[in-house]
Formats: sequence, structure tokens, C-alpha cells
Amino acid sequence: MKRLLDVLREDCALTGTKEGCGEGECGACTVLIDGQAVNSCLVPFAQVAGSSVTTIEGLTGAEALQSAFIREGGAQCGICTPGMILAAVALPKDADLQDIRRGLAGNICRCTGYEGIYRSLRAAAIPARAAD
Amino acid sequence: MGKDKLRLGFNGHFEEKEVEIAAGDPTPWDPSQTFSILGARTPRLDARAKATGAARYSIDVRLPGMLYARILRSHDPATVVRSLDLTAARKMPGIRAVLAIAKPGDALRFAGQEVAAVAADTPERALDAISAIRVEYGARPFVVEIDKARADGAPLVFEGKVETKTSAGDAPGAKKALPRKGNVQGPRASDKGNVAEGFGKADAVVEGTYSTQVQTHSALETHGVVARWEGDELTVWASTQGIFSVREELSQTLGVPLSKVNVITEYMGGGFGAKFGAGVEGVTAAKLAKEAGAPVKLFLDRKEEHLAVGNRPSSVQWVKAGATKDGKLTALQLIVHGGGGTNGGTGTSGPLKNVYACDNVKTEEFDVFTNSGPSAAFRAPGHPQGAFALEATMDELAARIGMDPLEFRLKNDPSEVRREEFRIGAEKIGWAGRDARRRVPDNPALRRGVGMGAAIWYNTGGTGPKATVTIHRDGSAEVVHGVQDLGTGARTMVGIVAAEELGLPLEKIAVRIGDTRMPYGPGSGGSTTTPSTAPTIRAAAWQAKKKVAASVASAWGVPEEAVVASAAGFSMNGDAGKRLSWKEACGRLPEEGVSATASRAENHPDAWKRFTAGAQFADVEVDVETGLVRVRKVVAVHDCGLVVNALTAESQVHGGVIQGISYALYENRILDRATGRMVNPNVEQYKIVGAMDVPEIDVTFLPVWDAVNNTHSVGIGEPATVPTAAAVANAVSHAIGARIRSLPITPESVLAALDGKARVAAMPGRETREGGRA
Ligand code: FES
Ligand code: FES
Repeated sequence: MKRLLDVLREDCALTGTKEGCGEGECGACTVLIDGQAVNSCLVPFAQVAGSSVTTIEGLTGAEALQSAFIREGGAQCGICTPGMILAAVALPKDADLQDIRRGLAGNICRCTGYEGIYRSLRAAAIPARAAD
Repeated sequence: MGKDKLRLGFNGHFEEKEVEIAAGDPTPWDPSQTFSILGARTPRLDARAKATGAARYSIDVRLPGMLYARILRSHDPATVVRSLDLTAARKMPGIRAVLAIAKPGDALRFAGQEVAAVAADTPERALDAISAIRVEYGARPFVVEIDKARADGAPLVFEGKVETKTSAGDAPGAKKALPRKGNVQGPRASDKGNVAEGFGKADAVVEGTYSTQVQTHSALETHGVVARWEGDELTVWASTQGIFSVREELSQTLGVPLSKVNVITEYMGGGFGAKFGAGVEGVTAAKLAKEAGAPVKLFLDRKEEHLAVGNRPSSVQWVKAGATKDGKLTALQLIVHGGGGTNGGTGTSGPLKNVYACDNVKTEEFDVFTNSGPSAAFRAPGHPQGAFALEATMDELAARIGMDPLEFRLKNDPSEVRREEFRIGAEKIGWAGRDARRRVPDNPALRRGVGMGAAIWYNTGGTGPKATVTIHRDGSAEVVHGVQDLGTGARTMVGIVAAEELGLPLEKIAVRIGDTRMPYGPGSGGSTTTPSTAPTIRAAAWQAKKKVAASVASAWGVPEEAVVASAAGFSMNGDAGKRLSWKEACGRLPEEGVSATASRAENHPDAWKRFTAGAQFADVEVDVETGLVRVRKVVAVHDCGLVVNALTAESQVHGGVIQGISYALYENRILDRATGRMVNPNVEQYKIVGAMDVPEIDVTFLPVWDAVNNTHSVGIGEPATVPTAAAVANAVSHAIGARIRSLPITPESVLAALDGKARVAAMPGRETREGGRA
């Protein structure tokens, strides 16, 4: 059975969802399934029947976060960025810095040193308490 | 040509120097200059595309009728191919091309080496088909550990001639033919002064053996290409750091003229040194595409990435150093055996030879071949491992003569830039109070430590690159230059330099890069992209602007020299009334606008020369009960020449520091000695530093005006990662009062070091001996 990731990238031409490892370890393939951040490389396509799947291309309401990534240098090569953004928007609204770190722990970035990513989250105040 | 008197240097260390400027090249910027955009924090031009998923990486390229390819690889570390049967694979459904990469009789020298490949209409069918390829292997004895490979009678990795893979960016001397005995090749040797005499003059001598592990590049976008033929012309979308070096390799291996090979890299997901050539996968994709008569996509998976396409070689470094009581180094000696698998170029002598001043220095570097994947250039080849051994040695020597390690370094560092960086960094990390902070109130299990390390780098960019700048009638401008952006921000750097020189806002400038059909751009290796490209862009923009000025001069009927260009537009010398705005001046250009193509001028030999310098300090916390190390803070002070974009330069340092921490504490390619296979070919057991482990990183740039090129620019990618592991390791030693001589520093090695210290201390009449033989 095809993976959700392949259906998105190959069949739907939604290449904003990336593949970094294919084994659920890097987070590059993160999408939202009914609002939850999930590694799409681990999801057999049939499992999302009846669910709503959101990729970076269809993400709405996260403009502030996306603008912060742009302004604050949250993306270096940028190949982890869609996954980071989707993982970040799925964080609970009252998440503190430790929750953010934990929430992003499954998303590897080989370039930025994560600093730019945290700065982007803080700048966007998403979640609001990231500033502390 | 003409000589210009320039004020060069840094921070209160300026001097006047006469520098010869080539015709067609602008005079380097003056320290009194105010910039409109250069040096500011400028968001990447392509940041929106990246944050919205619109950016199309080579791995995202989809073409009509495109096929998917897979490579069959050997499972065993040393075999001979006896027979290869592709018939069954050819008959599988959806298979459009099958290719033998190895042929009967070929020796395969590492687990993961390429054997054959297929292209199919779906990735799943390609995967099925490679398992239908029938190969008979003859097993040969193998060796994967470098100490075993050095022993007499060890299985030979190369029975005959050494066939090593080389790539642009390899350590200097890597390609030179060297003597070989068994699996050991070398030495590459250097000898300055007389080390025996130097050690004789020393009041204290330390020696130790340091070892470092294999680190894989682990860029998030794997190696690969999409290849398409149209008639006899080949177009390849590659994930590469060098579109022109990929073109070169494809042209040579396929026998296609350079003029008929195009390589495109629009967006790229990281390289770190491993992506200069087309590689076996690139050449294979092109061949499969030819056979199938359809475009082929071939990207590696994570496991293949770990096994076959490059790594930072391991090292075993024996270092001996001597100093006088008053803190002058008298001799430095290094013998290193490096493990680059089936590749050489594993030397680590750069830091030891070049950072600290010493009259007597001797180095010998040996490559030890093993049956494992070949090394490749990796972010400052040889330097993080060399810095780790050197900086530990400096700390031990300082302890031996009873001198503060910072003071000891300041006494021996010939670089005034780095001495300044050391002072800035020491202040920021709180060096002075570091001993008092070792114990943590309220938590008897925790120790804190602070350590330091130095970075050195050499490259300043060079000739070859060309760029075309066109100024249009509406006042907008276009820059075309065949450089690729690995994620460093090269695209934005090109735009910023053009905007600065033309006096235009960045939004008025279109930047076109990443295609070999454009004027030649440099490969992104050796931290040379910015110092190669930025001066080229500035020269082209300057020449194009001069053409606009010339058209203004002819309209006014005055000589060209009489027209003065500024950000506001053009005016006439001595006639305040005569002026034209940029827009008005451009409006008078012919329909085609004006264009200039400039070549990168030679580096100025009479410039304010230095090696690129950096200094880093790490503050760590060690739990002496669990052995866990946490990096609390890193202070990084670097010379980046004149920074083009503070946002992306800082990001380079953050990334370099994090990769250095990852190298110091986590990353480790582990090969099973019984089977010769990698046991952690993923990103879970091959542990890469994650969001949870990131410390505070404090970055400072020390602007240096060197006039080596017209923008004073220097690369930062490599120096940023050189000293991190060294600083972390020294901080751990400071925290626990015992030396760990091998990377990565794991909880186990911390506990073993503490245990060893306790045992030594318990022996009557013995003191803890730091700096003894390991
Ligand atoms: S590709 Fe799915 S987690 Fe890495
Ligand atoms: S920006 Fe390159 S992997 Fe995160």
C-alpha cells in the first residue's frame, strides 16, 4: 500500500511535504491529519479515508508564523521548514518553551542550529508563551 | 590598473596600504563607507517559497513520463562479483531500463557499493525489480576497524592499485600519489625546524592519543538527480554544491560535449561537502534515462546516504607538545592515522600547523583503508578532528606549566584578529569566574565547565566566476550568475551586493542562479562561494552602472569622468544644477538596456592578508552520576571579513556550532565488526542533535577590511564548525577534572573518565596525571 507521503508528492504533486528519512525519524514529511501533526511517511494511504489532511500548500491561518520564518531566518536550506511549520502549528496554544522543544524534537534541521526556528516561533508568538 | 591607498585592518588596528586594482574592478569599499543594505539582517529572497512549500528542490522535480530508479547495492563489505544476471529484472512489469554498474570480476570494497540499477514506472516496481537481479558474489576477507587494518597480515582493501574517489574540496595533497604498505598509505609529511631540539628546550612536554569517529553529512535532502535527454542534449536537476563540476563529470563519463550538458539546481537541501560530483547515482540516472528514452529520477534513501556517499573520516592522532615555563610553545608533533574507508585524504594537521606559532613542527598523516564507505570533503575537512586534539593538548600543556589556558593561547597566537576574538569571547562566557562555577549549589551531582577552541581557515575565493548584470530602462536590474544556493543564502547575497552597488532596493533586482547555461559560478566548497561570487557581482554591477553614467555623459555632452554616480542618481562634477535621477537616466537607455559581464578579478596580493580566524567557548554541565553532558551555551566570535547579510551569516554560525556539538556528543557511524555492515543507518540510532539539545548560541562577527577582493568578503561555513567540538571537550574536562580523549563524548566515556580519575587518586603516592599517554 502506498504511503500517504507518496500519494501527496507523486499523485497530487504536493511536493511541499518532504521526505528526509522515510522511517518516521526526521519530521520532514509532517502533515496535519485532523489537526494532529503526523509523519506522513508512516501512514498507509487508506488510513486517512474520511480524515482531513493538511499540507503546507493548504495551510491557512498560519501567516504570522510563516512571515516570522521569513523575517527571522527560520529556514536555511528550507527543506525541513514545511515540516517544522506544521509541527509548530499543531502545538497546544498554552505550550511553554519546554513544550515547544519537545514538540519539535521529532523534526531534524541539519542547517539552522534551531536558533532561527525558535526565534521565528517567538516572534510569531505562536504559541503565545514562547516569548518567555 | 592603478594603485589605491586603502585603510585596512579591524577594530582599532587599521593601517594604510597601497593596493593594486585591476582594470574593470571597483576599488574595495572603504571603512568609512555607509551601506544601504550590505551587512544588514536581510531575509532570504526565497524565504517565502521555502515557508510555503513552493520552493522546488531537485528531489521535487516531476517531469511527464518520468521513471523512478533504484540502485542494487552489495550487502557485504568485501566481495568479488562472479556473475550478474539482469534478465529476470528486465522482465518485471513496468521496468524500462536495467543497468549493470559492476561487472563480473569486479571487487566490491564496502557494504553499500553499487552493483546494478533499474528504472521503472513507479518507485515500488523499481524496488521490486532490484531484488530480482541475480548476483553471485565471492566473499573475501575484510576489515572495518582501523587498528586492525594497520596490523600486519590484515585483509587488503586494495589488492592492486588504490582506486580512491576524490571530490573538489578534498584536503590539500589528497590526490598526490603516496607510498603504501598494506592498508596504510602515506605519510603526507611536513617538517619545520627541529622538533627534537624543540622538545629539548621545553620545560614541560605532554603527549596523548586522541581519536575521533566517523560522522556522516546527513543533509536532509539526499544525493540524487532527475535526468532528461532531449536528442543528444542532457539536462540534469541535481542536488549539488557545484553545478559546473557535475556538468564536468557527466560530460567526461558519458562522452557528451560540455555544451550539451545542462545542470540545474534551483533549491538544494544541504550538502556540507559531499555533493560536488554527479556521483555514481547521477551517471547511472543519465544512462538509464538514455536507455529508457524517458526522464529518470534517482534519489537515494537515508540508508544509502549513510553508506555510500561520503563521511568525515575517523582519526587516531598522537600529539606531543612542549613549552617553556613562561608559556612559549617550543615544539609540536602530530602523527595521525585516518580512516576514510576506501578513500584517502584523511589528514588532520591543518590546525596544528597553522593556528599557534611554533618554530618546530612535524606532522605525518597516514590514510588507513578499510572496507567501508568512502570519505568526502566535510565542512572544514580534517579541522574539527585536528582542533579537538590540538586544543586538548594546549589545555594540558597550560596546566603543566601552571598557566591559564586563555593566557597560554594569547601568548602563542600570532593572529591579532583571533587574539581579539579570544578576549571578546572570554568576556562573554565569563572565563574569569569559571573555576568558581564548577560546583553547582543545590545539586551535588552536577559539575559545570568552560572550554575554548580556535578556528582557522584559508580560502579567500578566486578567479573563474563571471556574472552578467543588466540594467533595464525602467530602472530595475537583473543579475545572472551560475552559482547554486545550498541553503547558505547565496541567492540573497548576490542580490544584496548588486543592490548595494547599484543603489537600488532589493525588490528591484531579479537574481537568476543555479543553471550551467548562465555565466560560470564557483562550486560551493572551501567557504569560497561568497568571496568568489560577491566581488564578481559587484564588478558586473559597477561596470553596468558605468555604462548608464556613460550614456548620461553623452547626453550632457561631457566627458565620462565628469559624471558622478550616487544612490540618488547622477550629477555633474562642479555643476550642482545638472542631475538626473536613476530612473530618469535609465529611461534614456536604449530598449535593450545596458549589460555588463564581469569576471572575478585576482585576489590582491598586496592586501591585508591573514588566515580567517575564529574563537569559540563552550559552557557545559555534566552530571557525574549519569555521565550526561548538556551544553548550556556557546559563544562564537568569528572573522567573516565584511558580512554581506548578518541574518544568513549568523545562521551559518548557528548551524556550524550545532553540527560541532552533534559531532562532539552524539553522531557516530557504527560498523559491526563481525559483518562489516553499518548498524545505525538511519537518523534515530545515528543520533543528530535535536531541538531538545540546543544551547544558547551567542554569535559575534569581527569585521575585517582586508581588500583581498573588492567586497572584503570571506566565507564562514567552515570556520564556524572547526572549534566547537574542541571547546565542548575542553569544557567537559574542566567540569569533571579528567580528560576524555575520544569523540563522541558519551555518558559511558564520562563515567569511565571519572572512574579512572578516582582509581588514580586512590593509588598511594600518585597524583591525577593529566596529559600523560592515553
Ligand atoms: S520522512 Fe517521514 S519522518 Fe522522515
Ligand atoms: S534548514 Fe536545512 S534542514 Fe533545516
